[in-house]
Amino acid sequence: MTDRIADIWGQRTPHARGTSWPVRLDQHLEEGVAESDVQRWVQSACVLCSNGCACDIAVKDGRMVGVRGRTDDVVNHGRLGPKGLYGSWQWNGRDRLTRPLIRENGELVETDWDTAMDRIVQRSRQLLDEVGSSSHGFYTSGQLFLEEYYTLGVIGKAGLGTPHMDGNTRLCTATAAAALKESFGSDGQPGSYTDIDSCDALFLFGHNMAETQTVLWMRVLDRLHGPDRPRIVAVDPRRTKVADAAVESGGVHLAPLPGTNLALMNGLVNQLITQGWVDEEYVSAHTLGFEELARTVEAYTPEKVSEICRVSPDDLRRAAEIFGTSERVLSTVLQGFYQSHQATAASCQVNNLHLLRGLLGRPGCGVLQMNGQPTAQNTRECGADGDLPGFRNWQNQNHIDQLAELWNVDRLVIPHWAPPTHAMQIWRYVEQGSIDFLWISATNPAASMPELPRIRNILGREDLFVVVQDGFPTETTEFADVVLPAAMWGEKQGTFTNADRTVHLSEQAVEPPGAARSDLDIFLDYARRMDLRDRDGEPLVKWHDPESAFEAWKECTRGRLCDYTGLSYDKLRGGSGVPWPCNAENPDGSDRLYSDGVFPTAPEVCESYGHDLLTGGATPPTNYQAERPDGRAFLKTAEYTPAPDAPSDEYPYICTTGRTVYHFHTRTKTGRGRQLRKAAPEPWVELSPGDAEALGVDEGDLVRVESRRGAMEAPARIGRGRDGTVFLPFHYGYWDTGAPDRQPTAANELTQTEWDPVSKQPLFKVSAVRVTKLAPGQRCAPAPTTTASAPHDPATVPATRGDQGAETREDPGVADPPGQVPSPEHTPGVPQPVLPHAARRS
Amino acid sequence: MHLPVYVGLLDSSLRSLADAFRQVSDGHGEEPDVEYLCQVLARQVDEQLEALTPVVRRYGENREQEPERLRATGLESTRSGGVGLLRDLQDLYMLGSFVDMTWTVVGQAAQGLRDRELLQLVDACEQDTTRQLQWLQTRIKQAAPQALIAAK
Ligand code: SF4
Repeated sequence: MTDRIADIWGQRTPHARGTSWPVRLDQHLEEGVAESDVQRWVQSACVLCSNGCACDIAVKDGRMVGVRGRTDDVVNHGRLGPKGLYGSWQWNGRDRLTRPLIRENGELVETDWDTAMDRIVQRSRQLLDEVGSSSHGFYTSGQLFLEEYYTLGVIGKAGLGTPHMDGNTRLCTATAAAALKESFGSDGQPGSYTDIDSCDALFLFGHNMAETQTVLWMRVLDRLHGPDRPRIVAVDPRRTKVADAAVESGGVHLAPLPGTNLALMNGLVNQLITQGWVDEEYVSAHTLGFEELARTVEAYTPEKVSEICRVSPDDLRRAAEIFGTSERVLSTVLQGFYQSHQATAASCQVNNLHLLRGLLGRPGCGVLQMNGQPTAQNTRECGADGDLPGFRNWQNQNHIDQLAELWNVDRLVIPHWAPPTHAMQIWRYVEQGSIDFLWISATNPAASMPELPRIRNILGREDLFVVVQDGFPTETTEFADVVLPAAMWGEKQGTFTNADRTVHLSEQAVEPPGAARSDLDIFLDYARRMDLRDRDGEPLVKWHDPESAFEAWKECTRGRLCDYTGLSYDKLRGGSGVPWPCNAENPDGSDRLYSDGVFPTAPEVCESYGHDLLTGGATPPTNYQAERPDGRAFLKTAEYTPAPDAPSDEYPYICTTGRTVYHFHTRTKTGRGRQLRKAAPEPWVELSPGDAEALGVDEGDLVRVESRRGAMEAPARIGRGRDGTVFLPFHYGYWDTGAPDRQPTAANELTQTEWDPVSKQPLFKVSAVRVTKLAPGQRCAPAPTTTASAPHDPATVPATRGDQGAETREDPGVADPPGQVPSPEHTPGVPQPVLPHAARRS
Repeated sequence: MHLPVYVGLLDSSLRSLADAFRQVSDGHGEEPDVEYLCQVLARQVDEQLEALTPVVRRYGENREQEPERLRATGLESTRSGGVGLLRDLQDLYMLGSFVDMTWTVVGQAAQGLRDRELLQLVDACEQDTTRQLQWLQTRIKQAAPQALIAAK
């Protein structure tokens, strides 16, 4: 038995390069429940991060009482991390919303579904009549199921015809999608988690994998403990466990100043080019734009980069050398890049490193532009984030016609007259009053959006009608005119897709509490009550349950890169999840994309014609066509510019926000799991030892962190970060502590309303702040000691551990590893090149 | 030779454009992307001006002979609201287009004179101007429907 609060990653099962990752079965049951007490095990996958670990939910007397990993699944080979073990089911039944609520005389009061839904429909109809569909905005999630997103997408795009629909995925994963579109023509993860098993070098760009995807990190650790281990390079301003591993493995830890990633990346690419670590054959046959790339990065010598980023020029050279000379390199990218300045350009440079060396589409050679939330991939695919379903291009008339035909609606209904409205702009329109109807599903913007004082003002606007659909009362439900109680994971059925394209089925294990309904049922009910019809007067939404929604979605993906037509609920039952594209020719799915170096950039299939990475200006379709991409990838970057909200005398520190291993999002689930809550109960402010000394702050002292926009207060952890930067965990809002005017604890009180010009992802990681000491502390800060928030001086702080209820069974080697998913030689949905070979070598 | 007149015109219209970007940035602080990107683009135009200095020196900048009516007028003040933003961006677009064509005209002369240095400069700067115009067009298209249909 292992305490997986203290020992986050559990015991090692080392293996050699190119061999299968051994199985380890992880299982955790509620205290007092023995395995023999479990009446049913119900198949699912964890929804507490983008890793998508397959699991079975233990059910006893109609209640979820534990989980175990699925050993035959390609994603996790039986393992689960602390959030999955302790957080995925423990919230079950507690503090839930069980009845619809409506606002009467300023108060939220309980009501029935008819009354609540009628009120929504009435307001919706009135605004459609008076103003039109641009009065409606939908702000959804990265935590619903595929079937729910697709239904919402169809309602918005074919029913109402509003361009204002986005997910909170804008805050977590928009840059992954944008970078993939800019480089390869379409969203779609090139690499696979299996690349970890055979890489020689692993680069983590702004990705604290040890905390954000713990099971993926176990996979890395098992390589690091085996023979011929890979070298790790970590790019992170904090001294994370990943950074420690980089140093121990003979790699490099680069800690650039927050906001300077693009300068660093331009420097790495500069080194690759000047040192001759470029596969010219691959570049000339499979890419476009080398000359311009080389010109743009020319100025970024190690010395210049060192000045901008404050990293040593030799470290930069070493990192470049590891990339340039290792046989197989895998890169992963996450929020350190996505939520920072010039996010898309910096993330595209990661793609460029791989394109320049031709390290794509082979075992151990890949890019993982990661996702944050568990079902973010589906928000992106299904049209719930503004993009059109099935990675279709809103500027391509044929794509619009395909959808119009599929949905049997007038093509003019489908919003394609302007770029889809991104979340930050939706909120701006709400602020200005041109959106008067805002439907928020499965997310908590009053804690997770940047600049909370502004968000609270917007939500409180007098004539705004707010619908909030959630499982729990949250900071956001406080502002609602109607609250709809939603069924959650384990209480409903549906599928979702993780960051390496693996699709899982999550079955219903228990009944939802009270009158709560699945999000799918709620959307279907709205469509019915709004009487949304197709061109023949038939109901627009022709499905009625998860499986029929899935079947409808399959048709929408036919022939596209994200082809689901080879999947079905039956096929996903038992056994492993399956990565798309999966169709008749590739019935077992596809492990890796782009083996032959042909990408979906042909104008007739690409999801986007691309943008200028400095400004976000869209490439005109005719310019795109004139380039004749013909399956070649684009080498794009931009020049580095200093970030907005740069530090000044008044606000001398740069503040970054992020996650801790024990929590997810705004803690609505993990904050209700006892072990997780105890491990990281309250927020903290992480300072470097040097800054703490200069400020006269000791471990545990109460400090105030203040930007031009707002402030938060919490005890100080004297951590291991670099001088000049402050770190705040973003999970802590007010649902369990009281109002912000008592003591503001949310990191987002002070973050800025500013976003990347291409992906429109907000800049959570660069806020200029000042720090002041408010009071001496009584005890040390409530920050975990097991991770990146570890204290600079371990002797001063008691170690984080679980109580006896944390015991988890780990059984290594109980089964053979699951079989390998094949990688197609040519990627489904991608046209073969038409230009003769010679003409492609520009 | 009238090239100096046009070099002078280029110089003055770039100054107007840089000023206009800064004005729009200051006037639309509530649109953070506009505020920030207009600053970035103003600096980009500043750099063009700097790069143009040796050319101005070489050909002489014949300000005296530059007829007033050749000049592009800058922005007087910024407007407010959704439609105001649209209009201001459109003014920027017009100014940018003027600069774009002025680069082209100067570039034609540079070809005739086989002035490689000037040709290179025109080439690089025209690309940046195209990027500025593309961004403006993208932002205008994005803002237009909401401003014209739903704004209060
Ligand atoms: S790694 Fe992610 S998906 Fe897997 S158990 Fe942990 S939180 Fe769940």
